[in-house]
Amino acid sequence: MSVDTSKVATSNRTEAATASKPGPAGSLASWADDRLGLATMMKKNLRKVFPDHWSFMLGEIALWSFVVLLLTGVFLTLWFNPSMGHVTYEGSYDQLRGIGMSEAMASTLNISFDVRGGLLMRQMHHWAAMIFIAAMMVHLLRVAFTGAYRKPRELNWVIGCLLLLLGTLEGFTGYSLPDDLLSGTGVRAADGFLKATPVAGSYMSFLLFGGEFPGESIIPRLYIIHVLLIPGILLALIAVHMLLLVYHKHTQWPGPGRTEQNVVGFPMLPVYAAKAGGFFFMVFGVIALMGGLLSINPVWKFGPYDPTKVTAGSQPDWYMGWPDGLLRIIPTGWESVIFGYTISWNVMLPILIVPPLMLVVLMLLPFVESWITGDKRDHHLLQRPRNAPTRTAVMVALMTFYGLAWAAGGNDIIAIKLHASINQITYFMRVAIFVGPLLAFWITRRWCISLQRHDNELLLHGYETGIITRSPEGQYAERHLPINTKAAYTLTARDRDHIHPVGSDTDAAGVAAPNSRSDKLRAKLSSWMYGHNVQKPTAAELEAAHHHAEHEAELQSGLDHPVDGHQFDDHRLRDTDEVPLRDH
Amino acid sequence: MQLLNRTAGRLSRHRRGPLAGLVVLFLGLVLSGSLYTALAPAPANSQASDTDQIAQGKELFLTSCATCHGKNAEGISTVRDGYQLGPSLVGVGAAAVDFQVGTGRMPMASPGAQAPRKEPVFDEEETAALAAYVASLAPGPAIPNESDYSIEGLSEEEREEAIARGGQIFLTNCTACHNFNGAGGAMPRGGYAPNLHGVEGKYIYEALLTGPQQMPNFSNGNLTPEDKRDVIAYLDSIQETPEYAGFTLGGLGPVSEGLFAWLVGIGSLVGAAVWIASHTTRSKKSKVNA
Repeated sequence: MSVDTSKVATSNRTEAATASKPGPAGSLASWADDRLGLATMMKKNLRKVFPDHWSFMLGEIALWSFVVLLLTGVFLTLWFNPSMGHVTYEGSYDQLRGIGMSEAMASTLNISFDVRGGLLMRQMHHWAAMIFIAAMMVHLLRVAFTGAYRKPRELNWVIGCLLLLLGTLEGFTGYSLPDDLLSGTGVRAADGFLKATPVAGSYMSFLLFGGEFPGESIIPRLYIIHVLLIPGILLALIAVHMLLLVYHKHTQWPGPGRTEQNVVGFPMLPVYAAKAGGFFFMVFGVIALMGGLLSINPVWKFGPYDPTKVTAGSQPDWYMGWPDGLLRIIPTGWESVIFGYTISWNVMLPILIVPPLMLVVLMLLPFVESWITGDKRDHHLLQRPRNAPTRTAVMVALMTFYGLAWAAGGNDIIAIKLHASINQITYFMRVAIFVGPLLAFWITRRWCISLQRHDNELLLHGYETGIITRSPEGQYAERHLPINTKAAYTLTARDRDHIHPVGSDTDAAGVAAPNSRSDKLRAKLSSWMYGHNVQKPTAAELEAAHHHAEHEAELQSGLDHPVDGHQFDDHRLRDTDEVPLRDH
Repeated sequence: MQLLNRTAGRLSRHRRGPLAGLVVLFLGLVLSGSLYTALAPAPANSQASDTDQIAQGKELFLTSCATCHGKNAEGISTVRDGYQLGPSLVGVGAAAVDFQVGTGRMPMASPGAQAPRKEPVFDEEETAALAAYVASLAPGPAIPNESDYSIEGLSEEEREEAIARGGQIFLTNCTACHNFNGAGGAMPRGGYAPNLHGVEGKYIYEALLTGPQQMPNFSNGNLTPEDKRDVIAYLDSIQETPEYAGFTLGGLGPVSEGLFAWLVGIGSLVGAAVWIASHTTRSKKSKVNA
C-alpha cells in the first residue's frame, strides 16, 4: 500500500480531531432530523433563491392579509352567534336598546361595544378583507402585465383567478353575516339575482334560503360557508398556488447573467425569511392602524335588517361594486316575456352573465395567447409591458371596463360629492363602458409601441447626455453616448415576435388541409397582435449604428479618435457602468 | 329788553355779511331735522301690529319674491306645460317660509336643480314678516314652538325611549334618501337629500311638515308631532355620541370605505413593498443591481 502523502496537510497533533459536542440548538435539530428527516428537505429549500423586485411582493400582501383574516376571524367566532332567533337588544349602545333584532345582529353589537377589543377586531377583519382582495387584484395585474402567466404557469394563473372568485364570495358572505340593514339589503339583492335565473331561479332561491326570503336559515348557512367551506378551499388553493410557485421557481426580470435556466437573487434564509417576516408585520400594522382609526361598516347606525327599510348609499363592498355598477347603468326596460314568463335581461346581463364571462376571459388569457403565438416554450424571464403591446393594451382595456363599471357603482356618491346629476352620470357611463375600453386599448398599444421605438433609439443612438456641442460652422448638436453594455443587454434580452404565416388551403398534394379555417384565424390574430410591434435591432444594425456614431464623433471633434464630449466637464469621473438602466 | 335789542342789533349788523346765508341755511336744516325726529311716527322695531308686519312682509315679498312667485304669490307658470318659475305660495304656511328663507334657500341665487342651503339673506325680523304675509294668504302649517321638537321636558328614561324610537322612525322614513347617518344622498336630475348634521331641530321639523323641494310631506297624520320630535332627538343623539369606530370617512357607506382600502391600505403596502425591495442585503456600499 503506497499512498502519496506529499499532498496531505501535515499536522503536529498527536490524536485525531473529533467534532465538538453540539450546542442545545444543534442537538434539538439532530433529534428532529433523526425522527422526521427534515435536513434533506431543509437543505434544499432554506437556501432557495428568490429574485428581488418590489412587484414580486404584491401577492405577499394578499397572503399576509389572509393570515390577519384568519387570526381576527377566529377571535370573532368566539362571540358571534349566527342565529336568526329574535331577541331584544339590551347592550351598551343607547340608540338601539330595547329594539328587537336577530341574535346575529345582537352579538355583532355585543362584539362592537361590550367585548374588549371587539370593535378593533371587527374593523381589522373587515379592512383586511378589503385589502386581501385588492392585493390579489394588484398581484394579478402584475402577473398579466409581465407575461408571467405564460407556460409553465398557466394553471397557477387559473388557480389565482379561482382564489379571486373565492375571496369575493367569502367577502360577500362575511358582509351578510351581521344581519344589519346593509347586509340584509345585500342578501335581498342576492335573492333577486338568483330569482332572475330563468326556470331554476325560484327553486335556487328557495334552496338557499330554506323557503321564502328571508326565512330563518340564511345566516347560519352563510356562516358555515364563511368560516368553514370557503376558507378551507381558499387555504388548500393557496397551498397549491405556493407549492407551484416553489416548483416552477419564481420568474425574474431579464438582465446580464439571468437566463431561462437560472434564478438570480437572494436565498430564502436569511434574506427572504427576514424580508417576508418583516413584511407580515408591516401588513399587520397597516391593518391594525386602519382598524383602530378608520370606521368601517358601523352596524349600529344601520340598525337591524328590516325588509321595509333601506338606506341611501347602499353599496356592496368594493369588489362587488362593478357588477352593481353595471346593474345601475343598464336600461331598466330590458325584459322580454316568453310564454308569460319574464326574462329579466336587465338583471341577468350585469350580474349573471357579464361577471362570470369576465372571469372565464381572465382564466383563458394565457391559453388564447399561447394558441395565437404557437409558443410552447417555458418562460421564466418576464416581459416588460411595452414589449407585449397588445397584451398590455388588452389588460388596460379590461381594467378600463372594470373601472368604469366600478365608478358607476358609486354613481350616487359621485353625484352628491361632485354636484353632478345622477342621470347624466348614468348616460355617460352607458356610452363610456363601450367606448372607454376601445380608446384605452388603442392609446395603450400606441404608447407601448412608441416606448419600444424609444428603446431602439437608446440602443442605436445612445442616451441624451445633455451636453450641447457647437461645431466650427456654428451648428449645435446634442452629444449622444452609448448606453452601457449591461443596459444594452437587458434591453435586447427579448425574443423577436414571430407572426404566424397564413397557410395555404391545400397541402402539397392538393388535398384540402385540415384546420385551415382555424389556422387562418390564428394567422390573422397573430398579425393583429404583433404586426405593429417594433422589433429589436439586429446585431448588424447595432454594429452599423455604433460605427456611424463613432465616425460622427470623430468628425465633429476634429480629432483622430472618438471623443465622448466630456473633455471639458467633470462627468469624465463617472463610470458609465454605474449608470443604471432605468435612468436613461 | 335793551340787552335784547342790543344783541339783535349786533347780530343784525352781520345780516349782510358773507356767511349770513350759510348760517341761516344750516340753522334751518338743523331745526327741521330735529323737529322731524321729534315728531315723526315711531319706527317699526317696537312691537309692530300683525297688520303692519304683514304689510312689511308684503313689501319684502314684492321686491324679493314676486319675480318668480307672482305679485299675489299665485305662482308663475312657464310656457312649457306643468313647469313653473315659482310655485304658488297660497296655503304653504309660515313654516314653509321660515324653513326656506331661514336656511337661506330662498331667495334663490340662480335657477338650478335644487336651491342649496346658504347664508340667509333676510334677518329674523324680515323672515318673520315674510312668513306672516304668506300665512295671511291662506291657512297653512305654523312655525313650531321649541317645545314641539325638544325632549328637554322628558325624564331620562323617556328620553332614551324617544331616541331609540326616533332611530327606528328615521331608518324607516328618512334613510332611503338622507342615508343611515343623515349624511345625505343623491336624488334624480342633480337633486340631493341634504346632509342633516348640524341642522337645527326647528328646520327639520318644518321640513317634515312642509316637504320642501323633492322631499315628501310628512303631515301630522303620517308622523305624529311626537314621532317628529323623536326623529330630531335621534339625530341630535348620533351627533353627540362619540364616534367609537374612528374617523367616519364621511359616513357615506362602502364607497368611501373602498376608496380608503385602496388609497391608504394598498397604497401604503405597495409603498412598503417598494421600500423592502430597495433595501436589500449587500456586501459593498454601492448599489447592487441583483
